[in-house]
Amino acid sequence: MEMATFRIWRGEKGQGKFQDYTAEVSAGMVVLDAVHQIQAEHAGDLAVRWNCKAGKCGSCSAEVNGMPKLMCMTRLNTLPLDRPVTVEPMKAFPHIKDLVTDVSWNYEVKKRIPKFQPRQPDAPDGTWRIAQEDVERVQEFRKCIECYLCQDVCHVLRDHHMHEQFIGPRFLVYAAALEMHPLDIGDRVEDLKKQFGIGLCNITKCCTKVCPESITITDNAIIPLKERVVDRFFDPLSKLFRVFSNSKR
Amino acid sequence: MSDYITHEHDVLIIGAGGAGLRAAIEASAAGVKVAVISKSLLGKAHTVMAEGGVAAAMGNVDDRDSWRVHFADTMRGGQYLNNWRMAELHAMEAPARVHELEAWGALFDRTSDGRILQRNFGGHRYPRLAHVGDRTGLEMIRTLQDHGIHLGLDVFMEHTVVTLLKDGGRIAGAFGYDRERGRFHLFRAKAVVLATGGIGRAYKITSNSWEYTGDGHSLAYDAGAALMDMEFVQFHPTGMIWPPSVRGILVTEGVRGEGGVLRNRNGERFMFKDIPPLYANQTADTEEEGWRYTQGDKNARRPPELLTRDHVARCIRREVREGRGSPHGGVFLDIAWIKERVPNAAEHIKKKLPSMYHQFKQLADIDITQEPMEVGPTTHYMMGGVKVDADSQMSDVAGLFAAGECAAGLHGANRLGGNSLSDLLVFGKRAGEYAAAYARDNSLGAVNTDELGSAEKSALQPFEREGSDNPYTVQHTLQDVMQELVGIVRQEQEMLQALERLRELKAASERVSVPGNREYNSGWHTALDLHSLLTVSEIVTRAALERKESRGAHFRDDFPGKDEQYGGFNIVVRKGAGGGMQLTREPIPGMREDLKQIIQEMK
Repeated sequence: MEMATFRIWRGEKGQGKFQDYTAEVSAGMVVLDAVHQIQAEHAGDLAVRWNCKAGKCGSCSAEVNGMPKLMCMTRLNTLPLDRPVTVEPMKAFPHIKDLVTDVSWNYEVKKRIPKFQPRQPDAPDGTWRIAQEDVERVQEFRKCIECYLCQDVCHVLRDHHMHEQFIGPRFLVYAAALEMHPLDIGDRVEDLKKQFGIGLCNITKCCTKVCPESITITDNAIIPLKERVVDRFFDPLSKLFRVFSNSKR
Repeated sequence: MSDYITHEHDVLIIGAGGAGLRAAIEASAAGVKVAVISKSLLGKAHTVMAEGGVAAAMGNVDDRDSWRVHFADTMRGGQYLNNWRMAELHAMEAPARVHELEAWGALFDRTSDGRILQRNFGGHRYPRLAHVGDRTGLEMIRTLQDHGIHLGLDVFMEHTVVTLLKDGGRIAGAFGYDRERGRFHLFRAKAVVLATGGIGRAYKITSNSWEYTGDGHSLAYDAGAALMDMEFVQFHPTGMIWPPSVRGILVTEGVRGEGGVLRNRNGERFMFKDIPPLYANQTADTEEEGWRYTQGDKNARRPPELLTRDHVARCIRREVREGRGSPHGGVFLDIAWIKERVPNAAEHIKKKLPSMYHQFKQLADIDITQEPMEVGPTTHYMMGGVKVDADSQMSDVAGLFAAGECAAGLHGANRLGGNSLSDLLVFGKRAGEYAAAYARDNSLGAVNTDELGSAEKSALQPFEREGSDNPYTVQHTLQDVMQELVGIVRQEQEMLQALERLRELKAASERVSVPGNREYNSGWHTALDLHSLLTVSEIVTRAALERKESRGAHFRDDFPGKDEQYGGFNIVVRKGAGGGMQLTREPIPGMREDLKQIIQEMK
């Protein structure tokens, strides 16, 4: 039976160290299987957050060999097993214990984003008529499973800790899903500039690279939002137009 | 002395999947103070895994559809053990619940004239499932979550309830712990809604998430509420079986719908060997005819692979038992073969089944356009649950409500695909509405602090013990026992053996010890989940022993036929005065004449 070594971060509230464990490797195994095996056999109190184990809930986010990954979708045969596989918690959020971090900040951020605001229904029975192509435009953003790996890898949050000023890629995608929603008539452009720090993103595309749902975060969500902000606040012609139209009132 | 944090609310909702969130939204809209307890993080509940769609007779694709057809389909699917009033309310109210989701931001796939698109599904006469590709559950839970967070709900993420509290005959609240710090919490509430989902984690092979340990079933039972239809556990015929790490993950019915066929190790289409007489007229005689059906030929009859879930699951099990299974103990599901019939088959398959292609490629290194998949049955859904009043969703315990998978009644002996998501919405809303009304009419119940002290003491015991039993081992053994002895095909001797094993496991669960402290201690959490798992496992086994016939999802090797007299009652389980399980056969109330007539018309 093939064995592999897993170097897992153990400790509480940022304090701790790596500890090595060995696990039996079987066909098709993913990192989360190894963590479960270690938990059941060697470290009963090992803290790990997981739920569906099918890549659909986005709970088991961690850093495997330094890369932000869902543990349930990272197969061991994609990793070199001749050296220890490191498994550590995400870095952009406060540490709780072992592989678990406090991601509650994300839930607070979401509440700050003005909610969905539909236009009046199109039909007398209170329903809407929407073209499939308009639905498809935002369905990509709505695939997000909120694993927060994009937040973890974003240097504005991870290295510069600007959690107060910047909502991060996940919530720029969320804002894009609302702004481009075929029924929504809300306006979040000013908030994006002033409250949500969209200008802090300098398009390094790290978020796009780690997204397990392959959402084209930077190109399809963030850049179009940046363009809306630019059009509203920095376009000299429309600025002039606004001054003109205001002066007429 | 016990040490806990106290919270007070009008309505306490336990569970934050589709049913819990829908209940919370409704109760909050009624103006009462609402708390939601979520075992995981918000938005991670098992609802995210639903794929196919939400059943609602909107008639957008076929205007012959109506609530009456949906009602009749649901009753037929449930083999008439359903609570007919729930089936009626469900069919009537589902369209409004789906439209409401759209008003809250959900984006369903569209028809060419811009309305919500609906798809065909097993047991539904007309195209009825509103959907978003194959991720309808995610769309639903995210919509409810994003709507709910602006309503001032108090959400307690990663909290687990260990016991419900009563004041005499009525509910008074709940007691539990938070995962992060391991602190205890007293939740006082005027009304409590259980929305905890299913019990799939009692089985080794399951499509269900980690949290599905039957908490709501067990909490209600311990609080004196009645559980009903607990013998009916749905096994989906096609789950992944290899590699071991992905065993149980669902393989959508759509693969067979697109022409995928089931074969045993000898290459034989074994489903042709056993076609129930009831379905003989609707089933293809030849492989050729079956293929034409999957390609939309309205004159062809369906291939036997598309018979009901329970039947297909049992046939697969038979092949495996009789030594004709695939190398890893399943059978082959082959869609790659259609290259004999379809030009550019590989592209065609990727386009029709994108997530299945991705799932097998990423997790099993299998290219389904080139080679067959290995599949086998997987535990999927619990039809049984808390017995509730159809209109209000209130249980036998005053002020205690239940909705969604942890409640019983809508699905009877077998659930139709798509009816679970509509169930969550229709009855989640009703539970929230009636719980809020109950809270307005009643004050907070008194809490017995001695009871809290003993609940806390018993929860902490795994830290005190020196014993060597490991909670993970007990859980794994329990899953083996249920899988082997109370699975798809049941018989008396095996189930009696299961009861014996469960007794031993119960004793072992009282000896388990865990290392470490109370902060996010997964071993401790596993130890505390054992009580629910053991309780529901025993109830399932006893109810399955009591039903000496085969009906819907419940199949007895020793009683393979349907027995008329068993069609007249539900099996109800309550905790007896002495602590033992009491089973009763409760006659199904006579159906209203107008509903009977609908069923006659739709025959």
